[in-house]
Amino acid sequence: MTDLAAGKPALNVEAIRKDFPILSETVNGKPLVYLDNGASAQKPVQVLDAMDRYYRQMHSNVHRGAHTLGDRATAAFEGARDTVRQFVNARSTREIIWTRGTTEAINLVANGLAGQLSEGDEILVSQMEHHANIVPWQMVAERTGAIIRPIQVTPDGELDIAAFESLLGDRTRILAVTHVSNVLGTVNPIEQLIRKAREKGVFTVIDGAQAVPHFKPDVQALDCDFYAFSGHKLFGPTGIGVLYGRESLLEAMPPFQGGGEMIERVSFEKTTWNTLPYKFEAGTPAIAEAVGLGAAINYLESLDRKAVETAEQALLQHANKLVETVPGMQVIGTAANKVPVMSFKIEGLHPSDIGTLLDQQGIAIRTGHHCAMPLMDFFSVQGTARASFAFYNTLDEVEQLFAALQKIQRLFAD
Amino acid sequence: MIASQQFLDNPLGQKITLDDVNDAFEFLDDWEERYAYIIDLGKQLPAFPEEQKIEDNYVHGCQSQVWLIHYQDPDSGRLFLLIDSDAMIVRGLAAIILIALNARKPRELLTVDIDELFEKLDLFRHISPTRGNGLRSMVGKIRELAAQEATQ
Repeated sequence: MTDLAAGKPALNVEAIRKDFPILSETVNGKPLVYLDNGASAQKPVQVLDAMDRYYRQMHSNVHRGAHTLGDRATAAFEGARDTVRQFVNARSTREIIWTRGTTEAINLVANGLAGQLSEGDEILVSQMEHHANIVPWQMVAERTGAIIRPIQVTPDGELDIAAFESLLGDRTRILAVTHVSNVLGTVNPIEQLIRKAREKGVFTVIDGAQAVPHFKPDVQALDCDFYAFSGHKLFGPTGIGVLYGRESLLEAMPPFQGGGEMIERVSFEKTTWNTLPYKFEAGTPAIAEAVGLGAAINYLESLDRKAVETAEQALLQHANKLVETVPGMQVIGTAANKVPVMSFKIEGLHPSDIGTLLDQQGIAIRTGHHCAMPLMDFFSVQGTARASFAFYNTLDEVEQLFAALQKIQRLFAD
Repeated sequence: MIASQQFLDNPLGQKITLDDVNDAFEFLDDWEERYAYIIDLGKQLPAFPEEQKIEDNYVHGCQSQVWLIHYQDPDSGRLFLLIDSDAMIVRGLAAIILIALNARKPRELLTVDIDELFEKLDLFRHISPTRGNGLRSMVGKIRELAAQEATQ
């Protein structure tokens, strides 16, 4: 198969699959079909090796500098930070904060901006946010008397831009919105939102957790103030995530947690903070995980990203085409611009029934409310079934999913 | 108040017994047949009174919605149960639980090992603590009820 538009060979998925050992597992006697990438993606051997090599040859605590292993660990750890900086196109590694994941990154920002909020100030979030980009703001709102204003979603699952524009007012202080919806797959036009928000002096916080597995963000082009994502959805380890923050804002923000590493000098009279990014990294960090995330990004960068996007869109298009082969199946989220994520329901079936019976056939998907209950309310569903694809999935796996759904539908129809 | 007759008429654990389930499972070859049978069992759950679908009767920890109510027959001392869920597989597995536990005296109910039963039927993964489908909390709630009634 060739990608005619680009005039070069399409992604070699069979070769790529060999990099992901877990994809050869069997589940319930069937070859694993892993379509739960939106929840957590699998790891290439390059990531596993990098972490293994780190522990075998380099491990020590970082930034202590008294011995060679400490130098090696610090070089690997800070090297990974620079890899992340390049990945998001930040100006400086001072703008790259390691966190445990997207959730912690957003909590860090919410906590850091709390001092800027007073009673009656408004925080705009969208109705399609993951709870991780709602609850931290609710907690801050409770503390400060600020008000959360949800931006409506259209029936197609797109952000209602007109609603956003009418909500963006003199009291708006923060816009916290997701780049890509974890439930719907919708790619939001965040450039436009950020531009309008910044014209009004509103802080912009972007949840990039579901975006980065599919495309590279450019924080300078986006011109956002904060951009957060998790390592484990980006084919890297769990327990590590990233917060990009505009340097001037990070400088002005108070630390999130206190402890080692984040201080310059401690006395009982006065403690002074360390410089960026360390001010926000209390305690010994997840060193091996940071190294693993760096390796994951290097792996992704070694692929032809254009071919990856084309292949992913082919998966989504193929899935869209097959929807009509399953009686009663309805896709939730039909935005024009989507990553390969398909939330759906089947008439008469509970999502958990679908999940259980797909698992019987070796197919892993996610079912439930996807930590997006306000969105479930909007679509008047208890939950959905969600198939989320990665570049290592094949068109054949898409067909297996639909064959399995047809089988399930028949089982219940009998 | 729900009519006690609705409880007393529940065929699960009375007309339909564990022997029936064990016999049926022996003849079911593949997962499709097994789950078709489980779905059918779910259809045997008696109607659950809509007005009882309230917070007090809600079993938490489920992706699907699950309700459980009980009634102890004053004459026989036996504990009768009604369960409902909006998920078909959960209904079927709940039916198996009722076949094992419904219409028993509390002390007798407490001797039943549901884990062992589900293991035998090769359904243990559905009731294991790692699955958030609420079956485990359902069984826990029934055993709690039985323990309360047994001490009275």
